[in-house]
Amino acid sequence: MKNNKPQMARREFLENCTRKLPGFFLLFSSLNTANILAANENDDYDHSAHEYAMGVSIHKCIGCGRCADACKRENKVPREGHYYRTWIERYIIPADGEAIVDSPDGGIHGFPEVKTGGDVLRSFFVPKLCNHCANAPCVQVCPVGATYSTEDGVVLVDDTYCVGCRYCIQACPYGARYLHPEKHVADKCTFCYHRITKGLLPACVEVCPTQARIFGEIGKRSSPLNRFARFNDITVLKPALNTKPKVYYAGADGEVR
Amino acid sequence: METVIANIASAIPGTTGYIYPNEFELHWSLLIVIYPYLTGLVAGAFILASLERVFKVHEITPVYRLSLVTALAFLIVAPMPLLAHLGHPERNYEMFLTPNTSSAMAMFGFVYAWYLLGVLLLELWLDYRRDIVKWSNEKTGIARYFYKFSTLGATDISPKAIEFDEKASRFITIVGVPSAFLLHGYVGFIFGSVKANPWWSSVLMPIVFLFSAIVSGIALMILVYMISTMFRWKKMDMACLNKLASFLLYAMLVDFTLEALDFIHRLYESEESITILSEMISNRLFISLIVAQIILGSLAPLVGIIMAKMGKVPDEMKRMLYFISALLVQVGIFSTRWNVVIGGQLFSKSLRGLTVYKLELFGLEGLFMAITLLIAPVIILYILVKLFPPWMDKPELDVAAAKEAVAPAKETE
Repeated sequence: MKNNKPQMARREFLENCTRKLPGFFLLFSSLNTANILAANENDDYDHSAHEYAMGVSIHKCIGCGRCADACKRENKVPREGHYYRTWIERYIIPADGEAIVDSPDGGIHGFPEVKTGGDVLRSFFVPKLCNHCANAPCVQVCPVGATYSTEDGVVLVDDTYCVGCRYCIQACPYGARYLHPEKHVADKCTFCYHRITKGLLPACVEVCPTQARIFGEIGKRSSPLNRFARFNDITVLKPALNTKPKVYYAGADGEVR
Repeated sequence: METVIANIASAIPGTTGYIYPNEFELHWSLLIVIYPYLTGLVAGAFILASLERVFKVHEITPVYRLSLVTALAFLIVAPMPLLAHLGHPERNYEMFLTPNTSSAMAMFGFVYAWYLLGVLLLELWLDYRRDIVKWSNEKTGIARYFYKFSTLGATDISPKAIEFDEKASRFITIVGVPSAFLLHGYVGFIFGSVKANPWWSSVLMPIVFLFSAIVSGIALMILVYMISTMFRWKKMDMACLNKLASFLLYAMLVDFTLEALDFIHRLYESEESITILSEMISNRLFISLIVAQIILGSLAPLVGIIMAKMGKVPDEMKRMLYFISALLVQVGIFSTRWNVVIGGQLFSKSLRGLTVYKLELFGLEGLFMAITLLIAPVIILYILVKLFPPWMDKPELDVAAAKEAVAPAKETE
């Protein structure tokens, strides 16, 4: 292609550089280039090529609470007060009477022994977290769109945008959200988005000693989730609400809500 | 087994059974109780005013303008509890700039703005325009400039212009009725559409909200009319009061029936949540639901008004009964809002346990803030009434004027 514009003289170009460069420098320094560079590190990551999900094998969970602890460390979730991105529930089903459920400190420090008066039919642990619903009620109700579904199927909160109205917390059927006591915005599990987009596992999955949590991608034959779905009877929590959760449970009892 | 449950529950004071760990904090506090209470009063007062204008119920002319001014006073305060409750109040404008179209809450700003600017202020201005022009000529000093500004430059008060005002005002009231329905029905929808919460999730919610709004608005106008008339040393218009009481009675009957229907429907369907909800009603909401809302707030005023209407009671007694009934209705409707908002958060979404609401005294979401927000509309109403007197008394009810008329007559004797 031919350029009809007169060529810039070398002298003129150098003059322009000395005049304009400081301006450009100031502009870039104000834009927080560190963040831009960090984002560029993952430029080859294609959001549309993934759809993340998690499997939880209830029979494998021993209730050690390492996942909940790792989550707090990794995501700097406040230790004081009741704020959990993930927690573990213990179910004790007695021979007669109602099921007993507890989750002391979200199960982080394990579970104290319970002396039951009667016979116990069965007992098990259920790790809970945000279900990253495909039909997420929290995303639907957020008045400003601060809670949104990413292309790779994760539900996130933009903490620079959330107004803190807490409608999403009311709308979540799973109690997976809380109001961050310092940031005053809604907060919840991100599947460790900062890790998974780099090809790492979520912290809770990484530390689980029994591999009760399986992280993977929907529709990928090579994903461990595919194997998990092939060899287990799968259920999701509160299916009647049509939230289409992406945390799948294997071996979940009817008592689990 | 009972002892085991007690042991586990006692780990967290006040709670019983199992609640999700993130549910210890109640997220919508007393301020969110006040918000639907105030909007309900606005919608109710406006609908009452529309009865005079659209449906030509002329008995209630004395409260027509007063209702509109009252609606405005309460509407100004209505969004304040919402604002104070936000985690980031400074970001509230985002709801206008980038509303999420699928969110019921995102529409609040638009519904509110439409109702305030498109309906209420416009209607008030058209109604008052003739008076404002008159005042801008009569008054002196700053007041004169204030009224001059309030005319917005439209100073023509020829019969033709006034006729146009009245036509336009009637048209706006006609648009205003569905708008008032929208304003409060919509508040009900915010709660009724939360499928995660079995206490809220009900298709009747917007309708129940609407009728309770009408009830609270009419009761409020009875109170405002009676108190303002007393302080103005005027005689009360019994025809007006009787009509107001009749409308209050009809609205209460509809409201009570709807709420009973909702209640019976829940009991009869007896869904998964019924056990925990029954437990909540008998353990946590007994005072606010059974005592304050149903007995004191609904049945007692119903009996009071029916007694005043049916029995051969002197006017003095009637006024007393109306006043007490209207006051009790306010207690009842406030409890209704409380039971919806706070009640909806007292049980765990695991349907296995109950939590408690600890009301703070100070702070943005505390009791004092709530009291301030409830007093604020009354102060605003006082100022508005001073600036724009809404009185439309019949001359024969003017006690002071009558006394003055009698006094010179005696002197001449």
